Amino acid sequence: MATLKINGESKVFEATEDTPLLWVLRDVLGLTGTKFGCGIAQCGACTVHVDGKPVRSCLLPVGGIGDRAITTIEGIGATPAGASVQKAWLDLEVIQCGYCQSGQIMAAAALLAATPHPDDADIDAAMAGNICRCGTYVRIRDAIKRAAAARAA
Amino acid sequence: MQRDSASLDVTRRKLLQAAGAGSVLLAFHLPLRAAPAAGEAKPTFAPNAFIRIDESNKVTLVMPQVEMGQGIYTSVAMILAEELDADIAQVALEHAPPSDTLYGNPTFGIQVTGNSNSVRAFWTPLRNAGASARAMLVQAAAQQWKVDPASCSAAKSAVTHAATGRVLAYGALVRDASKLTPPATPQLKDPANFTVIGQPLKRFDTPDKVNGKVVYGIDVMLPGMKFATVALCPVFGGKVGHVDDSAAKQIPGVQKIVVLDDMVAVTGDHMWAAKKGLDALDITWNEGPNGNVSSAEIWADLRAASQKDGVVAKAEGDVAKFLGQGDRLDEAYELPFLAHATMEPLNCTVQLTKDSCEIWTGTQIMSRVQGTVAQLTGLPLDKVTVHNHLIGGGFGRRLEPDMVLTAVRVAQQLDGAPVKVVWTREQDIQHDVYRPVYRDTISASLANGKIQAWKYRVTGSAVIARWLPPAFQKGIDIDAIDGAADIAYDIPNLQIEYVRAEPPAVPTGFWRGVGPNNNVFATECFIDELAKKAGKDPVAFRRDMLGKTPRLKAALDLAAEKSGWGQALPARAGRGVSIQTAFGSFIATVVEAEVDEHGEVRLRRVTAAVDTGIAVNPDTVIAQIQGGLIFGLTAALYGEITIDKGRVQQSNFHDYRMLRIDEAPQIDVHLIKSGEAPGGIGEAGVTASSASLRNALYAATGVPLRRLPIDRAALAGKKNA
Repeated sequence: MATLKINGESKVFEATEDTPLLWVLRDVLGLTGTKFGCGIAQCGACTVHVDGKPVRSCLLPVGGIGDRAITTIEGIGATPAGASVQKAWLDLEVIQCGYCQSGQIMAAAALLAATPHPDDADIDAAMAGNICRCGTYVRIRDAIKRAAAARAA
Repeated sequence: MQRDSASLDVTRRKLLQAAGAGSVLLAFHLPLRAAPAAGEAKPTFAPNAFIRIDESNKVTLVMPQVEMGQGIYTSVAMILAEELDADIAQVALEHAPPSDTLYGNPTFGIQVTGNSNSVRAFWTPLRNAGASARAMLVQAAAQQWKVDPASCSAAKSAVTHAATGRVLAYGALVRDASKLTPPATPQLKDPANFTVIGQPLKRFDTPDKVNGKVVYGIDVMLPGMKFATVALCPVFGGKVGHVDDSAAKQIPGVQKIVVLDDMVAVTGDHMWAAKKGLDALDITWNEGPNGNVSSAEIWADLRAASQKDGVVAKAEGDVAKFLGQGDRLDEAYELPFLAHATMEPLNCTVQLTKDSCEIWTGTQIMSRVQGTVAQLTGLPLDKVTVHNHLIGGGFGRRLEPDMVLTAVRVAQQLDGAPVKVVWTREQDIQHDVYRPVYRDTISASLANGKIQAWKYRVTGSAVIARWLPPAFQKGIDIDAIDGAADIAYDIPNLQIEYVRAEPPAVPTGFWRGVGPNNNVFATECFIDELAKKAGKDPVAFRRDMLGKTPRLKAALDLAAEKSGWGQALPARAGRGVSIQTAFGSFIATVVEAEVDEHGEVRLRRVTAAVDTGIAVNPDTVIAQIQGGLIFGLTAALYGEITIDKGRVQQSNFHDYRMLRIDEAPQIDVHLIKSGEAPGGIGEAGVTASSASLRNALYAATGVPLRRLPIDRAALAGKKNA
């Protein structure tokens, strides 16, 4: 049995230490908001926060996480940055199919928590690891700026 | 003032209850049921397959087309609610169950979402359905009040008799309306009186997409469920030879190794165990006859086939005669194989027992999935249940039932427990149904700066012949030539031909943008080369030949104005234009791009002017154009699937590259207001992208690229285009 701190709760589960966090979240704990996209940290769909930092959960073995705090898309709305990103995403109607957007929102929330007023270069650096096949990039950029402005207001 | 106080009270209470229940109800998680039969305990007004109203005033709208990001659930609901005069803020949405009879796409005759035609094909049927139901509700109220129905009006899910101030909510009219006969020809609204259609409305499917609550097919969780992943023979058409599973069986969490003739699957406690188990198998494949197929061979075959005369799909005037006069130009344009790479990898969950099969997936072909599963299992159709889900990207990939059939074949080897089969990205890319390679050849002659003759030949796979055989007539793939036959320019002599050329081994299918992808690309690249030959500006050259297509001319003028066409740009930067009527929308696009000395491209800006007729949900139209452009630019910049030794060489996003946010240009979409019937928009941005990019690169460098993806070495001047 192993334990992880996820969205403020202790979660007990059974999985070998090499199991990537993604599959523990999705298939063992039923937290399916975090998405499988590529399995090789190329697309960002599986992004979660570990101690507030964005991490690709598809390559993160659960055995190495210890007592660090994990936040997933299911819990990000409880953080100020996450809530502002979710609102901006809906206000600007960013989303199309939505499959990548858990990862996009997690990456954007981490960006805003660390860099409250990101410029275009900050956004490029923080978000270039997240692929969107529907092509919502233009709106993602606008929504991050909107969320930043809303938090400053 | 007379008042029907009892019904008013009931109505108001119900309305308040409904309002308290929150905004739009999404019933996606509920099992689907057919419309309740008459005499059921809970009375329901269900005048057609799209609308159900119950006595609590709940209006449920059934979605005949699937939601894969294109916003169709919201648009369909808007069209129905407009004519029904339902309160759009209070409707509940449901996925349609499989039924060609009830939900068949009017264009195809089967239940399919594709070809950018959801709004186009269902525009009139949905308006009729809404208007018919509204007329019956109004009539029911008028009968109760003993007044002329014409003196009543409907709005926000209630009927009002203005003269007396009486109001009855739809829910209070359910029983009476159900007894009425639908009008033969329901009275549709004058579009000038639309209150829902044309007004920007927040999408219904997005709130649950920001918090992880949305359940795609891949997210389905069932009690006792097993997780599985598959490996298909890497060579198309190959079979399993020998499997050594001794190492795999030692892996914790691995449960069962399923070996079938053409694939191997491993089930486990979770995907990781299944994947580790699969990786640990030592599989020997029998490659079969395709082990030597290569891209080089495929291209050589295609180029040879394109030299043949094709089946003539359209002929006007005398092409042979006029091609021989004036300035003549001949060129060929080539497009590669492409994978779909939907962000949601292929997946399907199955529970198969002796006498039933349940399917959970996201598919663009509900009824075909049900039918093929029934055929495979030998179960009667009504024992096959298909639960459709919101789809994490379709792009045509989910127009195929292969993922469902593969999952059912795995389930057939299990003991009746539900199993979720998920493809790895590598399997998803390497076992796609690929956008075919195409070669479009065009010959034209110019006289007085205008095109006087035009001969266009498409050579490529006939996807239609496999996918919808009745539509494959006289040897012509109507999709492959659609955008060529439907040419916007005034050309007195033209001929459109099709040569069917199936690539060996590689399965081909529809890919977002379908036939117009190759047609718009070839046409609009060639037009730029003709403009150069004629010594004309690309916008002016096009503009002079759009007499019969004024809506496109207006779009071209707007795009030219908004893009700053003609204004100076830095060295090695250029603007390129393309125009199209594909999918019934009139679109002009200007891409501004620059090229560095290595041939690397930077997208500076894209401007699109769009006349799609009535824009049901205008922001959705803009979003589809923005996203479609990115989708198409991605393919134009990077997309190519290549074959070596019968295998797909690409496997994941590191070698099947996607455009990312740091490469995305500013995109400005300008909608042209129109009262015409709606056009299609889901694929139009894709077809608008590649020629306008290529023409921008042509303007920037003078290099006329004639293949996709773009060749950076050619742009750098290191080799010929």
